[in-house]
Amino acid sequence: MAAPEKEMLRQTQLELKGDELLVVEDLQKYFPVTRGIIFQKEVASVKAVDGVSFAVREGETLGVVGESGCGKSTMARCIMKLLEPTAGSIKFRGQDITKLSRAEMRPFRREMMMIFQDPYASLNPRKRVGFIVAEALQVHKLGTEAEIKRRVQELLEVVGLNPEHYNRFPHEFSGGQRQRIGVARALAVNPKLIVCDEPVSALDVSVQAQILNLLKDLQRDFGLTYIFIAHDLNVVRHISDRVMVMYLGQVSETADRNDLYKEPKHPYTGALLSAVPVPDPTVGRHRKRIVLEGDVPSPINPPSGCRFHPRCPRFVEGHCDVEEPALIHRGGAVGHTAKCHYPLERWPMTEEEMARPGVASTAAETA
Amino acid sequence: MWAFVLFIAVTIVTYVIFYAIPANPARLACGQRATAECIKRAAHYLGTDRPLYVQYGKFFGRLMPVAGLGPNNFSPHFKTPNLGRSFTNRLTVNSVVLNAAPVTASLVFGGAVFWMLIALPVGILSALRPRSLLDRIAMVFVLVGISAHPVWIGLLLAYFLGFKAGVFPITGYCDFINPSGNCGGPVQWAYHLVLPWATFAFLFAALYVRMIRANVMEALGEDYVRTARAKGAPEWLVMRSHVLRNALLPVVTMLGMDIGIALGGAIFTESVFGLPGLGKTAIQAIENFDLPTTQGVVVFATLCIILLTLVVDLLYAWIDPRIRLT
Amino acid sequence: MALLEVTDLKTYFRTDDGVVRAVDGVSFSVDKGQTLGIVGESGSGKSVTCLTIMGLNPKRTAMSSGTAMWKGEDLLTATPKRLREIRGSEIAMIFQDPMTSLNPVHKIGAQLAEAMRLHEDVSKKTARARALELLKAVGIPRAERRLDDYPHQFSGGMRQRVMIAMSLINNPDLLIADEPTTALDVTTQAQILTLIEKLQEEFGSAVIMITHDLGVVAEIADDVVVMYAAEVAEKGGVEQIFKKPHHPYTWGLMGSLPRLDADVERLVQIQGQPPSMLRPPTGCRFHPRCPYVMPICKEVDPALAPVSDDPGHLQSCHLDEETKNREAAKLLAGMMAEAS
Repeated sequence: MAAPEKEMLRQTQLELKGDELLVVEDLQKYFPVTRGIIFQKEVASVKAVDGVSFAVREGETLGVVGESGCGKSTMARCIMKLLEPTAGSIKFRGQDITKLSRAEMRPFRREMMMIFQDPYASLNPRKRVGFIVAEALQVHKLGTEAEIKRRVQELLEVVGLNPEHYNRFPHEFSGGQRQRIGVARALAVNPKLIVCDEPVSALDVSVQAQILNLLKDLQRDFGLTYIFIAHDLNVVRHISDRVMVMYLGQVSETADRNDLYKEPKHPYTGALLSAVPVPDPTVGRHRKRIVLEGDVPSPINPPSGCRFHPRCPRFVEGHCDVEEPALIHRGGAVGHTAKCHYPLERWPMTEEEMARPGVASTAAETA
Repeated sequence: MWAFVLFIAVTIVTYVIFYAIPANPARLACGQRATAECIKRAAHYLGTDRPLYVQYGKFFGRLMPVAGLGPNNFSPHFKTPNLGRSFTNRLTVNSVVLNAAPVTASLVFGGAVFWMLIALPVGILSALRPRSLLDRIAMVFVLVGISAHPVWIGLLLAYFLGFKAGVFPITGYCDFINPSGNCGGPVQWAYHLVLPWATFAFLFAALYVRMIRANVMEALGEDYVRTARAKGAPEWLVMRSHVLRNALLPVVTMLGMDIGIALGGAIFTESVFGLPGLGKTAIQAIENFDLPTTQGVVVFATLCIILLTLVVDLLYAWIDPRIRLT
Repeated sequence: MALLEVTDLKTYFRTDDGVVRAVDGVSFSVDKGQTLGIVGESGSGKSVTCLTIMGLNPKRTAMSSGTAMWKGEDLLTATPKRLREIRGSEIAMIFQDPMTSLNPVHKIGAQLAEAMRLHEDVSKKTARARALELLKAVGIPRAERRLDDYPHQFSGGMRQRVMIAMSLINNPDLLIADEPTTALDVTTQAQILTLIEKLQEEFGSAVIMITHDLGVVAEIADDVVVMYAAEVAEKGGVEQIFKKPHHPYTWGLMGSLPRLDADVERLVQIQGQPPSMLRPPTGCRFHPRCPYVMPICKEVDPALAPVSDDPGHLQSCHLDEETKNREAAKLLAGMMAEAS
């Protein structure tokens, strides 16, 4: 393949409408694998995030799904500038924040907050809840001592905690309540964007529902924008407007929520959807799961061509393992893109249909 | 590589400290009636009149096992590393160190065996029966062992068991192999060392009881131990194959490192029980500003520690597959 | 006769803070070749129930009562020796976290062989051959070479396969799976569930599947026990539980689950937190969180009673059946309406 064409493949054409809060283009994060004690030699790199592009509009929720090791958390940390991206650009409100120094980042830190997965580990056990929530306010010098205290109590109330519990320590709260503290902390400085990294994965279903409802209410009340990362497809579907599926550091499909779940185009998305157990015995029992073979390959040496090809039920030899598919429009819906040579014709699909890919549609045809 | 850097650093530091001390070994060598002439001669003889880096260079050259290339410029010419001669008694430091080393080795390794013999059963049993009487006694022992200084324990043991009860000899050392007079052979060797061992082992035994207890308790709570029980494994097998194997892994590393530390601790024990070991030699040498002897002990001890660390690393890699294969 | 019949099982733990009632009067039975799902949230006592049956609770702090009749023999009063004979050969167990459930310092071949040689007097060679056979059966690629690998060389999904292979090595009559797929990704979960179903057909074992995931239960269980706060809230056939749920807690669980086949703007949430089992609530244990709470609920603990016109379906709630039928229908209709 000629070099310019390859370049075109990597750069997905993002259709920007102008109201995007965050635009990420061709983001890469490689972690070096080194050998040697004194003279560290880079022998390989873990391509945790390898060319991810997407945009998030103000007020929407972008769901990011993928299995462990697909790079979704690394991506989140790059967006938050907790990790330095290897390449690519991150624009917040049209301003490139990729190369900003710590000091220059400070005003942006107020606008982007993060909620973490583990409500046990992400709160300092030796600090009182009031302090934890107030910390960002104090860092950004937002108000006097008394004002901050009032604000913190207000926040605790907003997230459904008793404002009287201002002086308690994190260990005095249950898992769900701790996640509420995490939410209050993120809300403290009135951010625009909240990146939620698996915020409900560690919680029981009944508590999970409480937190999901809370996040939805807050979005409505404060006009928040979410990037919601999770491995649970049910949860992502529930909360997202748009969904992005990641596999081995790349985007394999993006679409509006309903399009993605009703008409997945990428075989990997299909496999994910069919793997989710349905809590309905009449449906669940007679449905055939598309069971993928093997494990996710190592991101140190990702497979050639399409990264999904070794596990793909529609694998076409000589094509999928040679040529990397582009992330291009698939299906009728606006903004539905998939990175596959042989996208799914319909959904749901039988195993036989799955294994019989139709004629390859080239990028030129669909574009 | 690191070991080598460490080694050089340690020896240089010793040299610099000696240089900084306002004492002149040449003057000491000449005794009470030191004449300027004598001091000068002695200084030259001892080599202390040269600049510091020359002294160190000479010391280092003597130490290297390779004395340059041979006549055909291909095969290196080997020699025995030489630590020089003592300032005070002109004995070769090699012989001083080699005479003292077995004493310290007996003390340290015997002590290690001693403390493991105490710590293993006590630690394991108290982990198996938390809050039992045994466990409580063990914890008191740990507290005392950690808080008490070895010199104090040594004196206490020497007084009650050695002096009052007369069960064990208070001082003296008997060679393991060469009997001299009525003192010698393994039995006498061990008999004379019981008190030093006990003193020496006390602190470490306490530390190890605590560590083994914690490790075993942690291992008992591991999921794979539950798996083993769910397989129907009898309790002794669960203990041997699943609990102890994993619980004692870190103990092996600790043991290696602690024997190194214990070399330092041997100084106290040796001086209490008058054992002619490395610690005592070092103390005497320092008192006499005997640089070569001190340096010799330092070199030897550093080498021992480096070797021990290496052995432990290899041992650990051998028993823990997770390290071996990465 | 049922393979396993558990009656009024109670397990209390002594702790520094007092007695924790981990399991408080649980009854159920499992028939040959059948799959029983036990659902509940963390701390509901579902795992402890099974550990009690297996005799794997810490002896120093656990107190148990009730009976667990295994082929007519009470496991709770069996001698340790007899229990050891049963464990691993007649009843096998797999655990939630495949990362920590295998011993890191032994080769997996040896761990599998150990499981066999503990119960059968066979040579190492035979045991190894059988281990290989099972590794192949659970779908481990290049099984011959992997026998001499250590657990850390396997991925999570592969380790869980090894665990399953190990549990099946003695052809057990009952396999207890304690959240076997919770720590795994969905595609791996699908692999493991498919595998358990396939092996169940092949080996004919009964399965107790402990999970918090209603989806998993709906897909593989024949009978379901819903546990809340150490007690059984509801039990019955899988169709009964999912089509005619009779306990407000079950409703809450179903409503709080976001699902692929239904759109809901707001999830039904169960208010509050699960109670502490040090001081469980009086009366019905669910009453502090129950939206239908009545005065009687705070006083009287409802007994597990059969649902009329629905044989085999039991529930413990004071609400009258009319309300229950109406509410359950409303809940399900709500889901279905939005699903279409």
